[in-house]
Amino acid sequence: MSKYMVNLKINNIPISVEEGTTILDAAKRLNFHIPTLCNHPDLSVAGNCRVCVVEVKGARLLAASCATPVSEGMEVFTNSEKVRIARKHVVELLLSEHNADCTKCFKNGHCELQELASEYRYGDHIFIDLVPFKQKFLDISSPSITKDTSKCIRCQRCVRTCAELQAVSALAVVHKGSHQTISTFMDKPMNDVVCTNCGQCINRCPTGALYERNYIEDVWNAIYDPNKFVVVQTAPATRVAVGEDLGLEPGHRVTGKMVAALKKMGFNKILDTDFTADLTIMEEGTELLTRLKKALVDKDETVKLPMMTSCSPGWIKFQEHMFPDLLPNLSTCKSPQQMFGSLAKTYYADKINIKAENMVVVSIMPCTAKKFECNRPEMRDSGFKDVDYVLTTRELAMMIKQAGIEFDKLEDQHYDSILGESTGAAVIFGATGGVMEAALRTAYEIVTGSEVPFANLNIKPVRGMEGVKEASIKIKNAKPEWSFLEGVEMNVAVAHGLANAKKLMEAVSSGTANYHFIEIMGCPGGCIGGGGQPIPTSPEIRRKRAEAIYAEDMGMDIRKSHENPEVVEVYKDYLGHPCGHQSHELLHTHYVERKRY
Amino acid sequence: MTNTENFVHELAEKHGRTRNALMPILQGVVARDKYLSEEAMIAVARELDLSAADVYGTATFYTFLDTVPRGKNVIRVCKTISCHMHNKDEIIKALEEQLRCKVGETTSDKKFTLLTANCLGWCHKGPVMLVNDDVYPELTTQKAIEIVQEYIRKSN
Repeated sequence: MSKYMVNLKINNIPISVEEGTTILDAAKRLNFHIPTLCNHPDLSVAGNCRVCVVEVKGARLLAASCATPVSEGMEVFTNSEKVRIARKHVVELLLSEHNADCTKCFKNGHCELQELASEYRYGDHIFIDLVPFKQKFLDISSPSITKDTSKCIRCQRCVRTCAELQAVSALAVVHKGSHQTISTFMDKPMNDVVCTNCGQCINRCPTGALYERNYIEDVWNAIYDPNKFVVVQTAPATRVAVGEDLGLEPGHRVTGKMVAALKKMGFNKILDTDFTADLTIMEEGTELLTRLKKALVDKDETVKLPMMTSCSPGWIKFQEHMFPDLLPNLSTCKSPQQMFGSLAKTYYADKINIKAENMVVVSIMPCTAKKFECNRPEMRDSGFKDVDYVLTTRELAMMIKQAGIEFDKLEDQHYDSILGESTGAAVIFGATGGVMEAALRTAYEIVTGSEVPFANLNIKPVRGMEGVKEASIKIKNAKPEWSFLEGVEMNVAVAHGLANAKKLMEAVSSGTANYHFIEIMGCPGGCIGGGGQPIPTSPEIRRKRAEAIYAEDMGMDIRKSHENPEVVEVYKDYLGHPCGHQSHELLHTHYVERKRY
Repeated sequence: MTNTENFVHELAEKHGRTRNALMPILQGVVARDKYLSEEAMIAVARELDLSAADVYGTATFYTFLDTVPRGKNVIRVCKTISCHMHNKDEIIKALEEQLRCKVGETTSDKKFTLLTANCLGWCHKGPVMLVNDDVYPELTTQKAIEIVQEYIRKSN
């Protein structure tokens, strides 16, 4: 469909843009910056904050540039006297209701409202300070997400995120007028509603109204405690993002620097969640093949297909709330984070001769739901809390700054061994489609003895940012023990973001989908777009992080999980074989049905 | 299914299950129960496949969709400027004394809830009050008390 071009002038400069373009986007092309608050590249237009108002010649009122499409002959002024005064007043009104205790705020220095206030240099309030009259409500019920209504400017980015990207709508706009707040059903605590802890709302909150429950002090205390042996694991997606909070552009791979920083900070051992990602593939791949055999050969009707991945704790909680009937379809594998925790405090503790009770396991995760996950009562198979503290990528960046480390000057270092070796297959866990690709690389080879039939092992159909992706692989030349799979067309699907997951689950529930294996990641783009990743986020930023992930994969010597020598070793030494008794004890879990409303 | 769930189910059968059925269903529940209980809102969310928070958000936006229990009869005295200038405070005071409850409260026998409301559109005949869906304009304290007494008589 060809688009009509519309001619207009912005600040007297002529420009021609496609019909339907907003004034905001047209101005951006001329490098005129218009401030915004409620606008976000991932979300629908709201136009409620009014910070982006501009003057349109001949119009009676100022227009919200984010919500106004261009029209022929329009003359727009983005910084006229009228605009400047209005914008200043809009921000001033927002500030009159905003609890501006910036020095105490977790988002200090990362707050869009603070940034605007500093641009406009506000002196004394010209409006009455309403903060003392507002009821403050700090919700710390959730182990993942803290909600502070006194910081909220009601831009509703979180509400749109929860509805549009995640199809959860745990948050809604409630009450009206001066009583309006962003709240939950019956104003219940966050821990008591359908919140999946994905943290996408945090990624899009312009102020400190939503932020992660932080455990920075607890981790420093553990590091400083001479009786504690502190082990840290880093998730795949953190290594392509933490640089963003330390002055680097999106898409920088900083694996070696991150390891070096963690060593400098005083962690005793720097290990890798990628190792247990490889282990997950062994367990999950074996589980899938076992399920296929039971379903196709033994005709066991208790075995549920399609099998679904279980790495993403936001997705798991979503499923427990929304589709409890499909819980038997979830792989029983713990997430790589939790596999790491239970192995660290058993196998690894024995190996290095440290008592498990003296060991503290810290995770660096791109995720806020992992904070909830490590507190699940099921996650104590080592006899202790398997993972003690989860820090987001953002918290790690803060700690690196606190430690006075000049990040970009660090020499690359390697992960410690054991539990530090990984493969390209593990790294791509960080991007949507990655678990599927890693699983296929291994499962196909187990079944046929040869590599997946894709150039350079790159299974392109499951990559990319499309919401729901499908692929099928025909199994050829299956080994005798897998002969029942000969000629079988393996149908797989991948979804990221819970709104897309919901679509896929509805198709599975109604029986219209015919898949064997489904990968779901709770966050848009997978873990690279996780709720614990550096802010801001946008499709462009996530694309760059994903590119970095796949570049990291290509740079690895080993790119298939089953070839990870430490994985081979741990089975020989300790676990026996995938999905065996010991694995079952330590690496697998079960799920609980949660209330839907 | 509980009684409430049944009732909401019937309302959904009648009004449909699209998003625009939400308002008539909520109004239907309020017409019967005088307010939206947690159970009722969950039942509505389930019927319409909405999040419970969305239902709560919509309910709390509208003054006439209460989310806390209300008495059998709900009195709403207009508090906006014309009625204010026609002594609505006197009316409220008289009603509070008659009912022995304050604005925002429900009588202990659960027969009346006394509330204020924004402009009811009867500025030319203020002060005005609503009792359930019936309008009573040009009130005096005497008239307001008589009206309430009539409701008490009818309910006995």
